[in-house]
Amino acid sequence: MSATPASASTPLDRRNARVGAIALLAALAMLALGFAAVPLYRLFCQVTGFGGTTQRATEAQASLAALLGQQAGAPRISVRFDGSVARDVPWTFAPERTTQTVRIGQRDMAFYVARNNASVPVTGTATFNVEPEQAGRYFQKVQCFCFTEQTLHPGQEVRMPVLFYIDPAALDDPNMKGVEQITLSYTFHKSLTAPQ
Amino acid sequence: MATTAETFQAHHGDHAHHDADHKPGFFARWFMSTNHKDIGTLYLIFAIFAGIVGGAISGIMRMELMHPGIQYLGWWVNFMGGEAGFDQNLHLWNVLITAHGLIMVFFMVMPAMIGGFGNWFVPLMIGAPDMAFPRMNNISFWLTFVAFCSLMFSTFVPGGTGNGAGTGWTVYAPLSTTGSQGPAVDFAIFALHLAGAASIMGAINFITTIFNMRAPGMTLHKMPLFVWSVLVTAFLLLLALPVLAAAITMLLTDRNFGTTFFDPAGGGDPVLYQHLFWFFGHPEVYIMILPGFGMISQIVATFSRKPVFGYLGMAYAMVAIGFVGFIVWAHHMYTVGLDVNTKMYFTAATMVIAVPTGVKIFSWIATMWGGSLEFKSPMVWALGFIFLFTIGGVTGVVLANGGIDDNLHDTYYVVAHFHYVLSMGAVFSLFAGFYYWFPKMSGRWHSELLSHLHFWTFFIGVNVIFFPMHFLGVQGMPRRYPDFTPAYSYFNEMASYGYMIMAGSMLIFFVNIGYALFAGRKAEGNYWGEGATTLEWTLPSPPPYHQFETLPVITEANDYHNHLPAGERPANA
Repeated sequence: MSATPASASTPLDRRNARVGAIALLAALAMLALGFAAVPLYRLFCQVTGFGGTTQRATEAQASLAALLGQQAGAPRISVRFDGSVARDVPWTFAPERTTQTVRIGQRDMAFYVARNNASVPVTGTATFNVEPEQAGRYFQKVQCFCFTEQTLHPGQEVRMPVLFYIDPAALDDPNMKGVEQITLSYTFHKSLTAPQ
Repeated sequence: MATTAETFQAHHGDHAHHDADHKPGFFARWFMSTNHKDIGTLYLIFAIFAGIVGGAISGIMRMELMHPGIQYLGWWVNFMGGEAGFDQNLHLWNVLITAHGLIMVFFMVMPAMIGGFGNWFVPLMIGAPDMAFPRMNNISFWLTFVAFCSLMFSTFVPGGTGNGAGTGWTVYAPLSTTGSQGPAVDFAIFALHLAGAASIMGAINFITTIFNMRAPGMTLHKMPLFVWSVLVTAFLLLLALPVLAAAITMLLTDRNFGTTFFDPAGGGDPVLYQHLFWFFGHPEVYIMILPGFGMISQIVATFSRKPVFGYLGMAYAMVAIGFVGFIVWAHHMYTVGLDVNTKMYFTAATMVIAVPTGVKIFSWIATMWGGSLEFKSPMVWALGFIFLFTIGGVTGVVLANGGIDDNLHDTYYVVAHFHYVLSMGAVFSLFAGFYYWFPKMSGRWHSELLSHLHFWTFFIGVNVIFFPMHFLGVQGMPRRYPDFTPAYSYFNEMASYGYMIMAGSMLIFFVNIGYALFAGRKAEGNYWGEGATTLEWTLPSPPPYHQFETLPVITEANDYHNHLPAGERPANA
């Protein structure tokens, strides 16, 4: 705000305007940071496996992990599968087998079975995480039905595969000591982007 | 800043010398006010009014909680124009706890501490003629007022199962998004936006005023501790409230514009809302108590007739509390599924806060040690504050432990804890400040007898309300429910009797104000005498409409404690 000639601004006014503007900028920066928290939080979870966020791996990484696991003589670990649907999704959705035992580093395939009980096609998208949460950064998925949206026609039943392995790096993590079973859980929500 | 220039010219213009205490007409004075003392008065009246509303709501809650079963909620649903039913009654309960929390935090404690006492006494204590941006000060007040109206309005429009926003003061998603259809939650969020904007403007105003408008010679290290406390509070407001604004804006777009920031179906995460809320929410609890710390420091020093013990330690303890307050937020969310390392960090960081807080408690005690104590009304409230806030602090250290919190989370133990630090800590410091400065603000004496009576009845009342809640919490009674198993009856009934004692003591308070305004003795300039050594005591009571036309000068002879000019300084100082 520039002062009018009738009320020439004093040095105090100018200093006040400067300090006030700096304070306002600080407030705006915190506002921006509040919104920036959304992508930052997602990135943070993906990188650190925070809150049981699982990781994605390529075929090459999976082969390397299998080799490393074999060399280390990695033990076997139990993986438990869990599936549920949001209240407004008219599907039955459950794992084919509740538990599987797999050697750490070794690739394994699990299947979920989903069936659309409604008389209209429904598109769903799955959210996921693992328990205990410290296993998130070691739970590597090579392929998963959760990477894309799934459309089921009325009455259609499909088997949905997930190809995964446990990173042998878990063997070196003291927080993973004593973890004998990892639970992988999916929840299907109605897709918000696809026309229903 | 043309407005500031005009105001200053009014101070220094020729006519001001003829009529230094010229006041504008009623409407211009109270509705378009740019005078920090008038705005402070408006804030105090507003806070007392909001406190009555918030306190009445807790009365309804204590009435319902006095016995197991649901007795009265249906009546209140019908009274509010709804149709009583099991779900509607429970929804009303949610609306009551939401309104009680939001009103007490945003429309009682904050306006009274910062808007009321901050506006009144920061300029007086630093020797400034007014705030840096007087017109923005007025906008802050009226925005707060409109925010309160928006929150009140929300209780008359649908919010899901019944009228009103039943989300809790935390407004957690998904209850506040998909769980609450109807405009009530939108109006509640709008109220938070407005109150937040008002507080941010207030914070900018205080920071600018304190940095730029201190009297010549008053360095930061000679500032009264109350001014220090408001400065730290202003920084917390400035950095914390915009994060709340961002979070609740995302709630609004999730509710109304199809975004999915907090909706897992679209890739969002409701836990992120909790992180954002508590990144604001934890500094917020220090926003509510720090100005109280400042007032207690002034009062304890005054009635001990001694400089406060460890002045710099006291000032920087508040800075430390403010800083650490930003990095402990997740101790409010121990049960969302944090891993053990994260919990360990937040447990340790939270406990660190006990160190600067302990510095303050012990420094107040050391100030009194060997002092010439006078148990005037502000002092007894200050002593009550120190005692009860310490109890609240101790239960806070208990709750800081991630492992113990797994058991106590969302129980009445937590309710007891935060009412000990707020409804006893913050409110006792407000009453202490009120009795300390009321004759200064109004020019009239309250009754010391009634003030002491008010203190003792209030002290007994709030302890009878909240102390049994520790037991209820440890026994597992969850908060936010209108009903409980008969096993919890005994202490719930006791707490409700405590409410009645407390309500009675508030009547004494209002009688005391009425007595002071209509029949109170006239107060002189420095009515507390020797111990009162900050600049507001150099002015008459009430201070003139425009003060410090000639700026006071703090000389080498003045230290951090004594700001009085040489002639008025007590001989032994």
